[in-house]
Amino acid sequence: MNKLTFDRKMLVIPYVFFLVCFVILPLLVIVYYGFTDGSGHLSFENFLAFFTNPKTMGTLVYSLVIAVTVTLICLAIAYPVAYILAKGEYAKHHFFLMIFVLPMWINFTLRITALKEILTVIEWNLALHPFANTIVGMVYDFLPFMIMPLFNAFTKLDSSMIEAGRDLGANSLQTLTKVILPLSVPGIISAVTMVFLPAMTNYVVLDMMYNSTYIMGSLIGSYFSSFDWNNGSVISAILLMFIGLCTILTNYAVQSKAERSRA
Amino acid sequence: MNSDNLIELIHVSKSYDGKTDVIEDFSLEVKKGEFVTFLGPSGCGKTTILRMIGGFDTPSGGQILLEDSDISLLPPNKRPVNTVFQKYALFPYLNVYDNIAFGLKLKNMPKDEMTKKVSEALDIVDLSGYEKRSITTLSGGQQQRIAIARAIVNEPKLLLLDEPLSALDYKMRKEMQLELKEMHKKLGITFIFVTHDQEEALTMSDKIVVMADGKIQQVGTPEEIYNEPANVFVADFIGESNIFHGVMGENQKVSFAGSEFQTVDDFEPGTKIDAVIRPEDVDVVAPGKGQLSGKVTSSDFKGTFYITFVQCGAFEMEVHCLKHYEVGEEVGLQVLPDNIHIIPYDTTKNHYEGTLGAFTEEGISVTFADISVSVAPEKIFEGCQVVQGQLQDRKGLTIDPEGRKVVVYFPPNQAKLLDDMSAGTVSGVINSFYYIGDHYSYTVRSDAEFDYVVDDPYLWNQGDRVSVSIPVDQMEISLVKE
Repeated sequence: MNKLTFDRKMLVIPYVFFLVCFVILPLLVIVYYGFTDGSGHLSFENFLAFFTNPKTMGTLVYSLVIAVTVTLICLAIAYPVAYILAKGEYAKHHFFLMIFVLPMWINFTLRITALKEILTVIEWNLALHPFANTIVGMVYDFLPFMIMPLFNAFTKLDSSMIEAGRDLGANSLQTLTKVILPLSVPGIISAVTMVFLPAMTNYVVLDMMYNSTYIMGSLIGSYFSSFDWNNGSVISAILLMFIGLCTILTNYAVQSKAERSRA
Repeated sequence: MNSDNLIELIHVSKSYDGKTDVIEDFSLEVKKGEFVTFLGPSGCGKTTILRMIGGFDTPSGGQILLEDSDISLLPPNKRPVNTVFQKYALFPYLNVYDNIAFGLKLKNMPKDEMTKKVSEALDIVDLSGYEKRSITTLSGGQQQRIAIARAIVNEPKLLLLDEPLSALDYKMRKEMQLELKEMHKKLGITFIFVTHDQEEALTMSDKIVVMADGKIQQVGTPEEIYNEPANVFVADFIGESNIFHGVMGENQKVSFAGSEFQTVDDFEPGTKIDAVIRPEDVDVVAPGKGQLSGKVTSSDFKGTFYITFVQCGAFEMEVHCLKHYEVGEEVGLQVLPDNIHIIPYDTTKNHYEGTLGAFTEEGISVTFADISVSVAPEKIFEGCQVVQGQLQDRKGLTIDPEGRKVVVYFPPNQAKLLDDMSAGTVSGVINSFYYIGDHYSYTVRSDAEFDYVVDDPYLWNQGDRVSVSIPVDQMEISLVKE
């Protein structure tokens, strides 16, 4: 009788199981529901409805405005912070990095609730500035996700590159724009991806900040809560395509730059 | 001030933590158009000096003058100096052309002129037509050349090269050495080159600065450095050498390795010296002839010569000769007076300033360097006596040793190296060592940065943590007259 032998390849089984159950099947379900009608027939109606309905298109635009604003503000704050944490005088003390990363250990609804109290003291009535409060809430929530990839990119950045730039006559500002910035592009791309999608969909922050406008996430949520699986799914699928397209475009932009210099 | 000098370093020192100096009192003049090499083992501070000249570090003390104006605190972009970095530091997101033109673009040079300059620079490094290539597709040697082109295209007054050839393979390195020398002649730019490879330094330089422990050991032409080493460190570091402890006699004669040799150096008879003999300067003669005789212990072929070791009694001599000798063969060795280089013995070794403590029943405590020992009073105060618990001198006057200054010395051959940390008098790390005829001379550096020189017949490694046992009865303690 053959003994049951353990092969290293067997280690892949749990991963494949997980991948199929929680990634591939749900994706197929989304696509199935997105492109069928209530009775299970193939249909592009939901898809077309999204792009022809001014309300859903308005939501898409509003989501984009929020996501772009949040991403830009996060980038503006995180870029210098990550640089100082990685290359500054106290770079070896992870204490300062901890200060920025520690909030990730606390549940985000708890953090937003605390932020609300602070904002209430400043603004008196939160309902007066729903957009601004949403932005503040999201920036606060997503900042660590922006800092970490940038921090990693900067720790890997070879200091002799910066010195070479200085050596060849670049002042501090020129060193930033001509050496540090181009070298940190991969870090920026992954940091932006980490923040952009959540900012388009995380409607819990909006709810908590008394912002009654819909974003993509709230739209999906509202369809699902009224058991309209088809319309909810199609929006999920559209978002998925949207993100996929963004990733392909940025990769293309970065690669073609490298290719241009190779040609 | 000399107007021939391009760069002058005046008492430059550097410390990163404010306590220990990486560079100590470094003074050097570099003439226009010279090819100067900083040579030393890793960690000797040669790169730190280069970084200070380039502007990436600022000196903690002293001045750096460029054409008589102080540039010590000037940022790198304001200095007419360019650097070729050890790992090239080429920008991977730019192609060859944009890398080389980086400095020119910052100067807003017109495009036609820039294109011309870049192609000239590529021509100098033998990579014409590589403008459009991506950096990542180039080999190490090609990247090295681009890094050089990127630096020289700016026409700096001074070019700094930080171990630029260390990442290349042997053949490539040899080739680049000659090419760099050629380039230096053609361009007329002053080169400062940093390396730990003594052969490279000897091949390329007009002037070599040998460094160790952040200090200059010797400055001179390659011939001077090789033929007239200023101290045992230089003799041992540059090329192969046989080093022997010896004593000068009358009429320029010197005795070491159990024999007497004629030299051409004048020293006071009785002076302690170190004699340096290069292996290629030893002639193998018939047994019984020459100053030494011994048995061959090994003979290895090295392409153009044989490395032969000859055991002469307790002493070992390395000889480079063209003929092969059988192991066990009896031979005589002869060294001509010209080929013996005499270095006065470093008399500051193992001398420490110390302070005495109060007299107790156990003796008098002596504190020096990072050692504190109790010594019998007679060892310090000759003819003293203890009367009723009081220390008295010959005349019966009370002696109060506390706070008196002393100089403590111990002979290197009386101390021992131990690997049991708690067994010795003091512990430290082996900082350097060299072979002297029949034993090794080790310099052990303690945590408080004191050096202890110890002779030991056994081989230990650089960086080994050892404990030094110094027998108290072998210490020579002499009072400093006040």
